Amino acid sequence: MQVVRLRVNGDERACGVPAHYTLLETLRYGLGLTGSKQGCDKGDCGACTVILDGRAVLSCLTLAREAEGRELRTVEGLAIGTEPHPVQDQFDLAGAAQCGFCTPGILCSSVALLERNPSPSREEVRAALAGNLCRCTGYEKIYDAVEAAARKMGQ
Amino acid sequence: MIRPAAGGAAQAPEALSVVGRRMRKVDGLAKATGRARYTDDIALPGMLHGKILRSPHPHARILAIDTSRAAALEGVHAVVTGRDMPTTYGIIPWTPDEHPLCVDRVRYVGDGVAAVAAVDEDTANAALELVEVAYEELPAYLDPHDAIAAADGPFIHEPRKPGRNGNVTKVVKLAFGDVEAGIAAAREEGGVVVEGDYFFEGTTHTPIEPHCAIGLADASGKLTVWSATQVPHYLHRELARVLELDPAMVRVVQPPVGGAFGGKSEPFDLEFCVAKLSMITGRPVKILYTREEVFYSHRGRHPFHMRYRTGARADGVLAAVDAEIVMDGGAYASFGLVTTYYSGQLLTAPYQMPAYRFHSTRAYTNKPACGPKRGHGSVQPRFAFEVQLDRIAEALEIDPIELRRRNALGEGTRTVNDLRVTSNGFLECLAMVEDASAWRRKFRRLPYGRGVGVAGSTYISGTNYPVYPNDMPQSAVQLQVDRSGRVAVFSGASEIGQGVDSMVAYVVAEELGVPLDHVRVFAGDTDFTPVDLGAYSSRVTFMLGNACIDAARRVKRQVQKVVAEAWDAKPQEVLLAGGLAVRAGDTGTQMPIREAFNLAEAAFGALGATGSYDTPKDVHGSYRGATIGASPAYSFTAHVAEVEVDPETGFVDVVQIWIAHDCGRALNPVLVEGQMEGSAYMGFAEAIMEEQIFKTADQGRAGLHNAPSLLDYRIPTSLDTPALRSLIVESIDPEGPYGAKEAGEGPLHPSIPAIANAIYDAVGVRMNALPFSPPRVWRALQAEAARTPAARSAATPAAVS
Repeated sequence: MQVVRLRVNGDERACGVPAHYTLLETLRYGLGLTGSKQGCDKGDCGACTVILDGRAVLSCLTLAREAEGRELRTVEGLAIGTEPHPVQDQFDLAGAAQCGFCTPGILCSSVALLERNPSPSREEVRAALAGNLCRCTGYEKIYDAVEAAARKMGQ
Repeated sequence: MIRPAAGGAAQAPEALSVVGRRMRKVDGLAKATGRARYTDDIALPGMLHGKILRSPHPHARILAIDTSRAAALEGVHAVVTGRDMPTTYGIIPWTPDEHPLCVDRVRYVGDGVAAVAAVDEDTANAALELVEVAYEELPAYLDPHDAIAAADGPFIHEPRKPGRNGNVTKVVKLAFGDVEAGIAAAREEGGVVVEGDYFFEGTTHTPIEPHCAIGLADASGKLTVWSATQVPHYLHRELARVLELDPAMVRVVQPPVGGAFGGKSEPFDLEFCVAKLSMITGRPVKILYTREEVFYSHRGRHPFHMRYRTGARADGVLAAVDAEIVMDGGAYASFGLVTTYYSGQLLTAPYQMPAYRFHSTRAYTNKPACGPKRGHGSVQPRFAFEVQLDRIAEALEIDPIELRRRNALGEGTRTVNDLRVTSNGFLECLAMVEDASAWRRKFRRLPYGRGVGVAGSTYISGTNYPVYPNDMPQSAVQLQVDRSGRVAVFSGASEIGQGVDSMVAYVVAEELGVPLDHVRVFAGDTDFTPVDLGAYSSRVTFMLGNACIDAARRVKRQVQKVVAEAWDAKPQEVLLAGGLAVRAGDTGTQMPIREAFNLAEAAFGALGATGSYDTPKDVHGSYRGATIGASPAYSFTAHVAEVEVDPETGFVDVVQIWIAHDCGRALNPVLVEGQMEGSAYMGFAEAIMEEQIFKTADQGRAGLHNAPSLLDYRIPTSLDTPALRSLIVESIDPEGPYGAKEAGEGPLHPSIPAIANAIYDAVGVRMNALPFSPPRVWRALQAEAARTPAARSAATPAAVS
């Protein structure tokens, strides 16, 4: 067991976890932040993607300790109060989430993209999401949602 | 109950105020904010973690299992083996050939033999290492032909009747019309007879959420199982039967499911194990499959070896179709009895066939069991058949879209195997993809390396009969109205991402005139919802939608009656819409819907109703097997795919797929398009990338999965997936809810043959085996170049400019 201190979604949190715990396991089983999903546990599917210091990273390939002292955001931290993040809202409007299991990771990849590139082309959106597998949608409605969110955020 | 004669909730579109609009889902924001709680997101106080020990051998006798060292490990609370749950089960009641854990024989690498519950996952894994199993290895069958040929054994399963081949699950031979006469007529009358061998490699569902279950046996004797299942009702029945519990003391809860596609449509070992381990320990027990376990649990698409003979007259009209199919079923029957029928029964639309015969055999092999994947049993034959049609079109010099038009079955008719077809928008589907893809400018006119292909298909809107015989409804809801105007709907259907909970809300809001956000849908809990049979065979919108209409209209009639009395009007003059009760033709006479509900409650007591749906029974023939493939309605689809083939590498880039699908009526076009695009994507993936294959003894270890990870079993990323263009066709089915039919599985089928036909248009080679991976396409190009050096010599790298 070790104590891990994380700054997650603006909160300072500490919890005791086994030394080998990944950031994903710490979030899900240590802190009860179950929004980030485990689809493969090997870095293949992207469902566990979180935003660490502004970059989309795979929390299942990141040891919890590596996230200490850094700014961490998960899907639970994207909305402001009861107001969903524009990407979340557009995902809902466009039907970009079917089963919703890949959605938290895709949202984090999308938000990280829009924060460094506020008006990406469709090719840039496709490239940014290449590490997130979706099995339901065929990706079309996800692109539509990200592009619509970019337009909203630019207004 | 809505019976077909009374059903047919078809209405003119102008009369609808909710249905047909582009709407949000009821659970969209919960999923987009991380609040939706999937099974593995649930943690119960004192919960233990379970793990299952799996066989390293493809086929072996279990001589002994010693669990004593595992049980003695600190932190281990229980260990179970097959002997603790000796009752067999199977999703099809006639083929119960599985145990929750193997009792005396393992039949594939990955078959479960023991399970442990411990304080945490690490301890559970350590305990598995301490379970000692003595095996005696048996010869393994990896090829279905070998298994069938071993008619005297050794058998993978004991024959159900003496003298039968225990390596065969099911044989179906059916014939309609005179096939040989049709073939002879095609030959004699200037037509054509095309013969071909096809192979469809197995593929698997790969939902992003791995299977997960939690069991909780409490002190009152009640068992609750939470599971990522798409068939809570069938799971409920099998848990009670296998664990010898009164079904009234078993509760199945189905949280939101993170994708299923058929891969969660029967009971799995983990559900029995969490239940049994909790019954022993008295504590909640969770098992979460690793991704590797998901690949071994499988139940995905069967590999099919297919031979087709198709005859057509000179004008392209089909004369006869003859099919011979061998199916690789894997270690257990699963849905195999149905798959074997579906392999032939579902081919008889959207084209008229005067004569048709199929002979399908499903063999057991020592690999993970195959089952239903999106487009159960009919995706493989559809691939072969639509390529056959393309060859006929070419031989007769008829445009392939025109050929399909000439053979279209039409609406309000019966197929050659006596399936009743109601609405049919296939011709419109063909016209839409022809226009949208600019087919006439492209077909046989694009430069070498680029091509277009077309294919059509049909699919069921639910199976006409449940997997166990009974006369009860297939689908039901209970509806309850609060004095606030809030309407609660208790639905037994399974939300697996397709949007069924939203569909319930749309229908109820439409019928009762309440705002969408005043409808609450409670679903997926056998303790408080009526039975729906599950999210499979594209049955839910059609059946549950009709059940919702049934329930809502019962309440609506009560409300109309009391309001009409208050207004001195006729009940049918009272309209419920937009949060109001309004008098038809006199919009000045109105009241808030809440007041109308309150009047009804005052008159009739607590306001609520149940509603249900059962299928019509006169929609199929009377021959043995006639009921399998029967459905209250059929969807129709046509795709055009455009590809670019690199002749140097054999790499096929699918540029775009145009998808036209007749869904009857789009209750919410956003969700229909999502199903169409997701289906076409999944078909594309099978066409180009995916193969669920196993090693042979020569390759190291017989029966070992070749690629049990999401890195090695490649599914398409955003960069791989083609542009997908959805074109909705609405034929307004007379019996569907507002005319709706299925959209979740039909649009997968044509992707694969459309791509195969496009490859032929691009580079002149027929791809008869899946997937169309670069090595396979490259070899086909080389073979074609060797066969016809003069024709299109560009296949050799030297000739590529």
